[in-house]
Amino acid sequence: MTTQVVDGTAAGATARGRARGPRSRGRAGGFLSRHWYAWAMCAPVVIVTLVLIGYPLVRGVYLSLTDATEANMGRTIGMNTIPSTYEFVGLSNYTAIVTSGEFLSRLAWTITWTVVCVALHYGIGLGLALLLNRPLRLRSLYRMLLVLPWAVPAFVSAFIWRYLLNGEFGVVNAMLRAAGFGGLDWLDDPFWAKVSVIAVNVWLGVPFMMLALLGGLQAIPRELYEAAEVDGATPWQRFRHITLPGLRPVSSTVVLLGTIWTFNQFPVIYLVTRGGPGGSSEILVTYAYRQAFEGIRNYSGSAAWGVLILVLLVVMAVVYRRALRRQGEAW
Amino acid sequence: MSTSDTVGTVGTAGTVDRAIPGGRRATGGRGPRSAGASLALHATLVVASLVAVFPVAWLVLTSLKPRDAWQSTTVRLFDDPSLANYAQVLGDTAFPRWLFNSLLVAALTTVLGVVLSATTGYAVSRFRFPGFRSIMWMLLVTQMFPVAILIVPIYNLLAGLGLINQFPGLVIAYLTSTVPFCAWMMKGYFDTVPVEIDEAGRVDGLTPFGTFWRLILPLSRPGLAVAAFYSFITAWAEVAYATAFMTGDDKYTLAVGIGQFVGQHKAEWGLLTASSVLIAVPAAAVFLLVQRHLVTGLTAGATKS
Repeated sequence: MTTQVVDGTAAGATARGRARGPRSRGRAGGFLSRHWYAWAMCAPVVIVTLVLIGYPLVRGVYLSLTDATEANMGRTIGMNTIPSTYEFVGLSNYTAIVTSGEFLSRLAWTITWTVVCVALHYGIGLGLALLLNRPLRLRSLYRMLLVLPWAVPAFVSAFIWRYLLNGEFGVVNAMLRAAGFGGLDWLDDPFWAKVSVIAVNVWLGVPFMMLALLGGLQAIPRELYEAAEVDGATPWQRFRHITLPGLRPVSSTVVLLGTIWTFNQFPVIYLVTRGGPGGSSEILVTYAYRQAFEGIRNYSGSAAWGVLILVLLVVMAVVYRRALRRQGEAW
Repeated sequence: MSTSDTVGTVGTAGTVDRAIPGGRRATGGRGPRSAGASLALHATLVVASLVAVFPVAWLVLTSLKPRDAWQSTTVRLFDDPSLANYAQVLGDTAFPRWLFNSLLVAALTTVLGVVLSATTGYAVSRFRFPGFRSIMWMLLVTQMFPVAILIVPIYNLLAGLGLINQFPGLVIAYLTSTVPFCAWMMKGYFDTVPVEIDEAGRVDGLTPFGTFWRLILPLSRPGLAVAAFYSFITAWAEVAYATAFMTGDDKYTLAVGIGQFVGQHKAEWGLLTASSVLIAVPAAAVFLLVQRHLVTGLTAGATKS
């Protein structure tokens, strides 16, 4: 991003005759008049964020330090108001989570899920983008068909796949049986359930990668390829030394977006396998959700899981900002 | 919007190439392909397209079959096709009600989200002011907030305000995820609008807000459209908040409602598939129209040289 920045100074102070008052009030006033436009324009989002995200976040962190569940939470039933009876318990929720085997196994599966999904998204997306970037008959038709999985709302796709993968009546098994193999318990076997959700998520996520990388490929100047060809570079060398470096800015953005989306992917897991069988395909986000809204609602436990997830994501944001900085985006 | 420009140009070049029968394709100067390579290329793309389209096609086919046909173990493409499932979904279920709820919630989210985020996007695109860095950080971090950390506090907050099972409550919850993202995307778009336009407006005596309102916003309609579309789709397809906050049958949105067709005790795949088609067709149509801009918006800044 180029530095197309108007200095706030010019904005506030030279609006002739319009900067009422503050200009004469010395330094503090000058400061105000210089920046008040910018602040006023940011105010709506800042207020919304503070009220709708800041407050819940602070409260979430607080809840994670208590033993709040549905049973001891204050509530109003008819005319009677029952006060909250939960207590502050310090970090015990966190120690309980981190020392439980559940956390490590959920974390391991979430990381596997994210890495495998994003790698396949990127790999397949790049492959298809390279194919579509060639001169080719019917290119726009292919493009439209390949984008389709992204166009269908995710929850609809999740339901479709649950039906396709149904053990008894699903088409996938019917085709396997027709080809002479036995059907598989796609959604009822821990291993195959994981394979299934990854397959569904890959199916969902490839189009975005493909389109973004196609845009990136088309932004690489053609002269570079021509020059390389004149110099006798092989196709692999051209790919390795022109295409990949040329794609780097796009790649870093889409890989980060893909990582966040996959890490927080809720509908696929929740609707395709419902986290099962036996919670084996549950990722951190769906697990925390289930804690909060199923059975006896464990608000504090869920909040603690949420905080841990957030910490992981913030680490990712820091890494991302480093990467942006290296590209010259200074903030 | 440098990417879409490039796409346009290359697309045109492709058309020109195709017009020369059997001629050498000029793109990239890589020479003509052998027949075998062409075949392999098309074969790969056909297989990939089939994988992409098959589930959706199967959805449509299933929706046309009789209500219990999904339970047959023999696979047939067509099986007494009829629109009975559609008639039943539209006539005998709460589908129209859920559709209305979804439209209402998504429309409110879109309008509020775009209005709120556009000004901020402009401010962080054009001005450098104290607090700029914090706002950029805030926008970045809130984008990645997992549903799990916010859902309980927002639930309690809404319960305190009496907004559980109310549409405004759901809209508020959706704004938490759309506003930061849209502001971020709008910043990327405003960055592509030449700053000389602002300067010209200033010279002609417009205030910074006047510049934004009269010059930049009208020029940014494509960007606004993408932000609006993103908000709409987010609200349209959201599951977690809607499942948790909407408790009454008449307040369900589509995503929650159609899940009821395949609950624990019954599985009405006929109804589910029919309603899925009804939901997916308009969404997909609009999506295919704007997807190019959406990609540009999402990766804004990264594709520029």
